[in-house]
Amino acid sequence: MAASTHVETAGEPTLAVSMRGITKRFPGVVANDRVDFDLAAGEVHALLGENGAGKSTLSNVLTGIYRPEEGTIHIAGEAVTVTSPRDALSKGIGMVHQHFRLVPTFTVAENIVLGQRGPMRRREIDERVRALGERYGLSVDPTAKVWQLSVGEQQRVEILKALERDAKVLVLDEPTAVLTPQEAEVLFVTLRAMADEGRSIVFISHKLDEVMAVSDRVTVLRDARHVGTVEVAGSSTRELARLMVGRDVVFNSDDATDRPVIDYDRRVLEVDSLTADDDRGQQALNGASLTLHAGEIVALCGVAGNGQRELAEAICATRARTGGTVTVEGHLTVGRDPRELIELGISHVPEDRLHTGLAASVTIEENLVLKSYRRPPISFGPFVKRKAVRSTASSLIERFGVKAPSPSTPTRMLSGGNVQKVLLAREFSAEPKALIAASPTRGLDVGAIETVRSLLLDAARSGVGVLLMTEDLDEAIALADRILVMYEGRIAGEMKRGEADITEIGLLMGGGSLEERPVQDSSLEERPVQDSGS
Amino acid sequence: MIRLERRVETPRWLSFAVPIGSLAAALFAGSFLILFSGNSAVETYVRITERAFTDTGALSSSILAATPLLFTGLAAAAAFRMGVFNIGGEGQFVMGAIAAAYVGLATGEQLGFGAFPLMVIAGAVAGGLWAGIVGALKAFFNTNEIIISLMLNYIASNIAYYLIFNSESYVRLLTGSGKVFPQGRPLDESAWWPFTHIGPIDFPLGFWLGVAVAVITWVLYRSTRYGFEVKVIGDAPAAAKYAGMRTRRKIIAVMALSGALAGVGGASDVGDIRHLLDPKGLRQAGYGYTGIVVAALARLNPLAVVVVAVLMGGLNNAGRSLEGPNFPAGLVGTLQGLILFFALGGEILAHYKIRFPRRSHAPEPVV
Repeated sequence: MAASTHVETAGEPTLAVSMRGITKRFPGVVANDRVDFDLAAGEVHALLGENGAGKSTLSNVLTGIYRPEEGTIHIAGEAVTVTSPRDALSKGIGMVHQHFRLVPTFTVAENIVLGQRGPMRRREIDERVRALGERYGLSVDPTAKVWQLSVGEQQRVEILKALERDAKVLVLDEPTAVLTPQEAEVLFVTLRAMADEGRSIVFISHKLDEVMAVSDRVTVLRDARHVGTVEVAGSSTRELARLMVGRDVVFNSDDATDRPVIDYDRRVLEVDSLTADDDRGQQALNGASLTLHAGEIVALCGVAGNGQRELAEAICATRARTGGTVTVEGHLTVGRDPRELIELGISHVPEDRLHTGLAASVTIEENLVLKSYRRPPISFGPFVKRKAVRSTASSLIERFGVKAPSPSTPTRMLSGGNVQKVLLAREFSAEPKALIAASPTRGLDVGAIETVRSLLLDAARSGVGVLLMTEDLDEAIALADRILVMYEGRIAGEMKRGEADITEIGLLMGGGSLEERPVQDSSLEERPVQDSGS
Repeated sequence: MIRLERRVETPRWLSFAVPIGSLAAALFAGSFLILFSGNSAVETYVRITERAFTDTGALSSSILAATPLLFTGLAAAAAFRMGVFNIGGEGQFVMGAIAAAYVGLATGEQLGFGAFPLMVIAGAVAGGLWAGIVGALKAFFNTNEIIISLMLNYIASNIAYYLIFNSESYVRLLTGSGKVFPQGRPLDESAWWPFTHIGPIDFPLGFWLGVAVAVITWVLYRSTRYGFEVKVIGDAPAAAKYAGMRTRRKIIAVMALSGALAGVGGASDVGDIRHLLDPKGLRQAGYGYTGIVVAALARLNPLAVVVVAVLMGGLNNAGRSLEGPNFPAGLVGTLQGLILFFALGGEILAHYKIRFPRRSHAPEPVV
């Protein structure tokens, strides 16, 4: 069933995949904006970009999960429309998702033939799976149940699933995110072996060293656009980092005179060697330490999945800490529960606003008192005073400019910006000592972004210590007094306001280190890194 | 292709129209079953209505039959509101009945009516503890409350059987006919819960108690911190935990409350109706399971539970008195099943709009 009808385009060798001018829009967002992507036969081609740059959308277009509004796709020289993942597979394109699509209670072999038609000959399949595994160094017992396998082994099953259907193109969405470094090494060997056989690999990642290690070429996406395709051989992590994050600073809140005043004598939050596990029970926080002073804005940068969420949750005690300490204005918070942390003055604006930060189906006014309902004036003994809820909510709605049909509208009906305003209104009104804001501007429009940023500055001016977790480096540079970079559950580096260099931050975010700093790079000089502050 | 579109808000009229419409649809579907059994549907429904509500004394019997359902309905509603599916109203009811029987027998003779509050407390505590087991297991070990509470129903029922049939327990009658036929020891007549008579209708004390509890529950869920927390935890457990709500405690509290309500129902069964512990009768009645139907049809509103309980009590009452050659025994149960089925289906209408989109664009070709 291999593609036999080759249509050679004049002169050039046939590309395994050629995507031209792909545009994919979602309500309010352009996820891919006229993106071109060429995949040669036998190459490992990395798709590099920050979260939200459009990598996953592009691969979902290729594998038929999304239909692009514009653009063409050629597979092996032939114009095609990919209608579904099954269709993609029949055209030779297989996908390994970041979150596996396996049935835990089925055996490896059963998972591999799942969805195929015809009689199931167990022994034959087992044999085939074993043979495939040996050929590509993907050894896994075909009769084992999937739930018994390690994450790395499960990934092998996913790859085998694609190979068993003779996929010529294999798309791997952040395959190393779930692997240990040793497992990743093994994976790279497998990927090379498959490429040497003439198969093509699309390797989605934001880890620079991995991209350098395994791929032949790199296509970099940024803000839904294609910003360049480079040969790895002639490139460096530094160049890739610049391509990945480099862009003009659009927001500049740097009025040197109006910066919040930092009170270095008041340490509102101290985190010392904090460790915690992620939802799967693997250690995600590997001894993170930081200090936050009153009136200070500290940005915590890092690619998603490097322990930021776990850090925020461990500080708030909504996630169990496995080691280390958190001190809020001198109060050690060992064995405290989330409510006590709130009462000590920790506010948290979580990444997942509508399900963690707020209760989606509950009304706006009730969400606005979600943390204050326990105390007067909202409550009276065991009762919640509806009038007090309404009046408190109304004043917050007005003060923070929430646009809502009525205070009793379910919160899920609001737009993203207004949802965020409801959440910020509640957290700010609690008059916290320290505020942890995770990606507070993500997904908001320009106007809302400005509002949120000035709210953060206002909070700092009133003496709140703000820990801003963000992937938007421009935002970090514009707002923060200090920038910390988080990588694999640790603070990998720290920069002061004015010394921050966006390329260096990008390098740290990708797991590089500052030591390999080149002597001079003229292109960096042009970047208007703001240092008028402080 | 039919598409479901989520409603922004459920309009007020719909929250009445949906249960009534569901009831009508269920009766309509049920009429086909009656036709298949060789009877006239209209005639059968008329007979049910007569025996349930309009015949002399029918309403009194229906209200008596509604009393246990009132409690089990409230019990189910109290737990379901937080998305905790307590299917164990049955077992909690039985445990309440056992405890109330002990207390009623021990104190009835001396205290007379004074035994009433003690029986209520005993029933509430027993039901609450029985359900608390489920709550604690769910809160600390994340076990499935449906399975655990269901299994505990069988255990509770078997305990009651053991007390009456397989042991010489305090609640078993060991004299007179009790020597021949195993049965529960009856309460002293002075400890029977009194009836009030309004016009031609008799109201058992348990019914008033149930109405009062319904009002209290309604206030509890509507305007207290407890109700607020239940609402948030039911909608978004992560958000609740994050906002500092102690979700574990709340799960246990909700289960215990739910069980206590069912347990008081058990006490009322002993005080109002049977005046002894009757494991067989309780097992046949299945109050706990009917209570789930009641709660669902009342859309978990405690005040509506009162109305629905009377309706269901009427159906049960009519079914019992009509059972015979031309009225199949299973008919009332089947009708109740249909009502639940349509009530749950109707919920979709309350929360979603149904759209029939024109098959507008065929898969757009990639240009």
